[in-house]
Amino acid sequence: MIELENVGYNYGGGELLSDVSVKLAPGSFHFLTGPSGAGKTTLLKLCYGALTPTSGRVRAFNMDVQGLDRDQMAHLRRRVGVVHQDCRFLDHLPVIENIALPLIVSGKDLSQEEANLRELLNWVGLSQRADALPPELSGGERQRAALARSVILSPDVIIADEPTGNVDWEMSQRLLQLLVELNRMGKTILVATHDMALIRAAKKQVQARVLRISAKQLIQAGADL
Amino acid sequence: MSEGRLRKLIMGDAQADRVVPPSGFTAQLTLFVSGAMAFLAVFALALSLASGRLATRWADELARAATLRINAPAEQRVAQTEAALTILRQTPGVASARAFTTEEQIELLAPWFGSALPIDSLPVPQLIEVIEGDPGYDGTGLRLRLQAELPGAVLDDHTRWRAPLVDAARALRRLGAVSILLIAGATAAMITLAANAALAANAQVIEVLRLVGALDSYIAHAFVRRFTLRALGGAAVGVVLGMFGVWLMPAASNEGGFLTGLGFQGWAWGLPLLIPPLGALVAFAATTRAAKKRLGDLT
Repeated sequence: MIELENVGYNYGGGELLSDVSVKLAPGSFHFLTGPSGAGKTTLLKLCYGALTPTSGRVRAFNMDVQGLDRDQMAHLRRRVGVVHQDCRFLDHLPVIENIALPLIVSGKDLSQEEANLRELLNWVGLSQRADALPPELSGGERQRAALARSVILSPDVIIADEPTGNVDWEMSQRLLQLLVELNRMGKTILVATHDMALIRAAKKQVQARVLRISAKQLIQAGADL
Repeated sequence: MSEGRLRKLIMGDAQADRVVPPSGFTAQLTLFVSGAMAFLAVFALALSLASGRLATRWADELARAATLRINAPAEQRVAQTEAALTILRQTPGVASARAFTTEEQIELLAPWFGSALPIDSLPVPQLIEVIEGDPGYDGTGLRLRLQAELPGAVLDDHTRWRAPLVDAARALRRLGAVSILLIAGATAAMITLAANAALAANAQVIEVLRLVGALDSYIAHAFVRRFTLRALGGAAVGVVLGMFGVWLMPAASNEGGFLTGLGFQGWAWGLPLLIPPLGALVAFAATTRAAKKRLGDLT
């Protein structure tokens, strides 16, 4: 699905990541962990094309990400669902339209997707909040709405950046449950988190691999968490 | 632009429209600017057309006419006039020659001396209107002959004062045309500024749209459509007001001179109607360019 080959990234003040190689196989579930500032978000951005590596190559769906033009990049983003750390909503639109935003911008007819949309809202437990504006949502509701938006185009890969960062344990369990269900439907999942308890909880339910960023390198953490 | 895209631009997409938050104040400014510019464009157009008409008329009418002025003592005037008319009738290239009647001369002098002028008591020269035929007469030859036979006759073919008038009218027309171009340029500049402001104010929105997979064309379209329609609407209002203003101007008359001729005649009333679509076109090009440049800076 997504493949990083000897990827390095440099913000200008020294290398943040160097010689990172990883392959996200279809249907796999990966956790990405590491201390704050280690480059978790940067690595995720490299995976969905928001950043271009300073060295090495990123391939997604057998396409070289660096070689994509802006329109091809937009099409790539429709195939990768991303839950951003800060959710990134349009604050002037109600939740339901924010969730439907990928449908809207890809020119799909919303009236035909109405049933799917309702089902999805129900799945993330936001049916009652459909008409609320994003700033009115709680942290957990925002994360669930962001997850719903990331899967609306039924992408093959879902990338989540600290989806449980601002929510309590019960809510993070609920979010994890949703991610696990998506993985069971065959989606490839990559979740950045520093919450070890969440990783342990996930390991009981799915075959999850853990990648750790340490000293600019990506290492496969063992099962000994 | 394909027909489908054009239709989409005009009809719009209700969902796509909501994606960019409404912008109250800049919207009003764009409307006002395009309205004011269209209003000015109507006047520049009227001025340009009227001076163009004037230049053509003057050039045409005056080129074909000349005046023979006979300065002679009152008792010889009638005889000299007859002689001059005879010479003129014999000259090849003169289509007709006619002495002005006393009434006509009084009428010509009325603007300066009033109509109650006892013209008989004044040494007013007799005027003869000479209309040139095609091909025209030989001016130099005619002058030489007149000089020899009627020393008091002066042939004035109007060139001396015609040329600067026609030049002035043509310059006025050029100024009008330059004004229209400047107005179009200023409109483009102001709409570019407004579009840039709107794009900058909505940088977050644009970023989110890119993140969820919107194409540049989709994002640009949302802005371009707004600004194009605003420019079209504003210009339409401006043109209607401008045309009303021109329509209120007094009709062309001899008393008012050329100033009252400012306006549109016949089919030219249709010309200002082109201003709103052209304004929309200018806005479309300006916003498209601004959006392309802005979006190119984003990932």
